[in-house]
Amino acid sequence: MKKSDITILIADDDPDYLFQTVFNLEKAGYKTMAVESQAEAESVIAKFKPHLAIFDLMMESDDSGFILCYKIKRKYPDVPVILATAVSHETGMSFSVDSDQEKAWIRADRYLEKGIRPEQLDQEVMKLLKL
Amino acid sequence: MAVLKVLVIDDEPGIRSGVSRILNNFHVTYPFMDEDYTFEVSEAATGEDGIVILERDMPDILLLDNKLPGIQGVDVLEYIRKRNYDIVVAMITSYASLDVAIRATRDGAIDFIPKPFTPQELKSSIENITKQQYLKRITHKLKQEGKKIRYQFLSVLSHELKAPLNALEGYLRMMQEKQAGDRIEDYATPIERSLQRIQGMRNLIMDLLDFTKIRLERKEEKIQEVNMAEVASGAIVTVQPYAIQMDVTINLDVRSDVVIMADPDDMEIVFNNLISNAVKYNKVGGKAEITIDSSDSEAILIFSDTGIGITKGDTENLFTEFVRIKNEKTRNISGSGLGLSIVKKVIELYHGTINVESTPDIGTVFTIRLPKKPLTIT
Repeated sequence: MKKSDITILIADDDPDYLFQTVFNLEKAGYKTMAVESQAEAESVIAKFKPHLAIFDLMMESDDSGFILCYKIKRKYPDVPVILATAVSHETGMSFSVDSDQEKAWIRADRYLEKGIRPEQLDQEVMKLLKL
Repeated sequence: MAVLKVLVIDDEPGIRSGVSRILNNFHVTYPFMDEDYTFEVSEAATGEDGIVILERDMPDILLLDNKLPGIQGVDVLEYIRKRNYDIVVAMITSYASLDVAIRATRDGAIDFIPKPFTPQELKSSIENITKQQYLKRITHKLKQEGKKIRYQFLSVLSHELKAPLNALEGYLRMMQEKQAGDRIEDYATPIERSLQRIQGMRNLIMDLLDFTKIRLERKEEKIQEVNMAEVASGAIVTVQPYAIQMDVTINLDVRSDVVIMADPDDMEIVFNNLISNAVKYNKVGGKAEITIDSSDSEAILIFSDTGIGITKGDTENLFTEFVRIKNEKTRNISGSGLGLSIVKKVIELYHGTINVESTPDIGTVFTIRLPKKPLTIT
């Protein structure tokens, strides 16, 4: 599959982070669909299947990202999900999706700290989509 | 029902069994305690045996004779102090010489029970000790909770401060690597957004200063007569340019000339925050109305707007630090999430109340009641 055939859904309530992520992904060649809230992401998921999704953790509620992971995986189990947040540094709330136990309750395929470089993000996306 | 463990170290068997008998059927209760306290007594005839039991059971209360066959009571006391054990010690002794008393007090004994004692004397000592122990534990618990709340505040704060930096960094990288093109015009949006984030961060820092100021400052010397209408007019002048930009009309209705005893800076914080909110969360062509009224003892300040309103569920968290109501309508409105929590803190400082009533798409009304002459400002 070509990058230009791939649509990535991004949900983040920080408009600048959203702008930058969309910009970087499109520059890398992907199509994007950007939403600013959990509610919007849910209504997109209801009628559209993206190839990959990137969710911010804290939006309307502190666990919006977790909820979205859960919902999208229930509807489209094969869509890879990246959970992107800046949260662990500040809250000391560290988690990953590496151990089986964590995988059991965090339905994300990758967990990324915000502020990663565009090339790195592209790498991660390609890995998840096996491009 | 909570159980306190009591250890008696005394070489006289009569004393030991007496204490056991009295305390095993005794319980302490106070109206402010969550539960009754009962006692479980263990006994030792020497200081050496006592230390063994102490290490094994970690009693809450130790009743300690000073004159013992081997090591002395004060030695046991020193043993406990050096290890920082949380044990309340009362000395039971017939020869409470001044010397022993001084040394024992220095090493942390909090009570002396002279021998021979009646059951009632023992009970009242134990009652006092229990109360102290209870208060100590409650204080400790509250301190821990305080620490936790401070920690949460700081972690959310650092998140709020880092978000704009991340945004700026992203935009600057974009420019540094000329990702959007070679001309400066290609970066109009990133530049405009960067400036907005900087302004947002500046506002946050200003609010944070207000926030720490009302938390830390002692005000007594700044308290003076403050005319509410004057403060309101001043705040309106400050917010006016923003209101013109938003096409919101601000109206001041002074129904009663209210003067209260307060720090004028505090009142300014209240008016500035509520008036700028009434403009910020309004609609184009909307109105913000400030009413100043009074009852016999209270100043009544009403801030109403014709704005976007707040749902019932959202009003519950409205005054919590860093809580910003996130929805379609508030998306493009920037704010630190501190304004209303600051207002509430100020109002509480003056023993006043603040209430909010709101209907989505119709508007919001904040009503503040402040005592005209607060007795204390804390």
